[in-house]
Amino acid sequence: MWIYEKKLEYPVRVNTTNPALAAMIIEQFGGADGELAAGVRYLTQRWTMPTGKAKAVLTDIGTEELAHWEMIGTLVYKLSKDATIEQIKGTPFEAHYTNHGKSPFPHNAAGVPWTASYINSKDDPVADLHEDMAAEQKARATYEHLIRLSDDPGVIDTLRFLREREVVHFQRFGEALCLVQEHMCRKKHY
Amino acid sequence: MKNNQAELLEQLMEVGFVLVETNLYLDTHPEDERALRLHNTFSQKYDELCRFYESQYGPLKFTSMSRFPWQYVDEPWPWDVDFGKCRC
Repeated sequence: MWIYEKKLEYPVRVNTTNPALAAMIIEQFGGADGELAAGVRYLTQRWTMPTGKAKAVLTDIGTEELAHWEMIGTLVYKLSKDATIEQIKGTPFEAHYTNHGKSPFPHNAAGVPWTASYINSKDDPVADLHEDMAAEQKARATYEHLIRLSDDPGVIDTLRFLREREVVHFQRFGEALCLVQEHMCRKKHY
Repeated sequence: MKNNQAELLEQLMEVGFVLVETNLYLDTHPEDERALRLHNTFSQKYDELCRFYESQYGPLKFTSMSRFPWQYVDEPWPWDVDFGKCRC
């Protein structure tokens, strides 16, 4: 089960109103390499992992991704909540506003809604963990693009934190992969 | 919102983040005794901080005790907390 903790993982500070930037950051809310995809991917792959350590890594990283999803939603919300209609018109946020107002919604920066086809679960720990490592690198690359697109110091601070977490998760998945492979080699010899 | 709450939340995040890191590290290094000691030390600190925060501002989790009426519903929720401008 899960228990909600009524706090963010890291303080989200937003210094400016910038709906155009919110519309780009929403990539990490509902995009292919975003936090929702990461969380659902890892938590879904847990059932068929062969070792307790691998199950733990997927559970805990998957859970942290949901905390990151909440931080991204907070960034998007804080960047757009005080925007006037005039500040929204003509920006990429206008299309989002038409359907969702100022509520974050899981679609990517181009407006394509989130789909489970962004993720997979193969009942093959080596294939799954390789997908997970690739996902972390793709998310890191997206965060670097977003940092270059940002001019709000608070937003950049939050994006840097999230980028760093991708690097740490990649490291832990790499270790999990080594441990799973060792486990599979041991199983062959009696 | 009194900004003491945001400050206390930030302390909670700092100590909580150590636990996020020790947890993930211990998942792949369960036999690292030094890391486990670090985890246990910060686990204790985190519990103390949570208890203090909850005595001031109400439950962080639904499993916690609350004064009457049920304080869990009190604003601000995490996405509405004002942490001030970035000092970076």
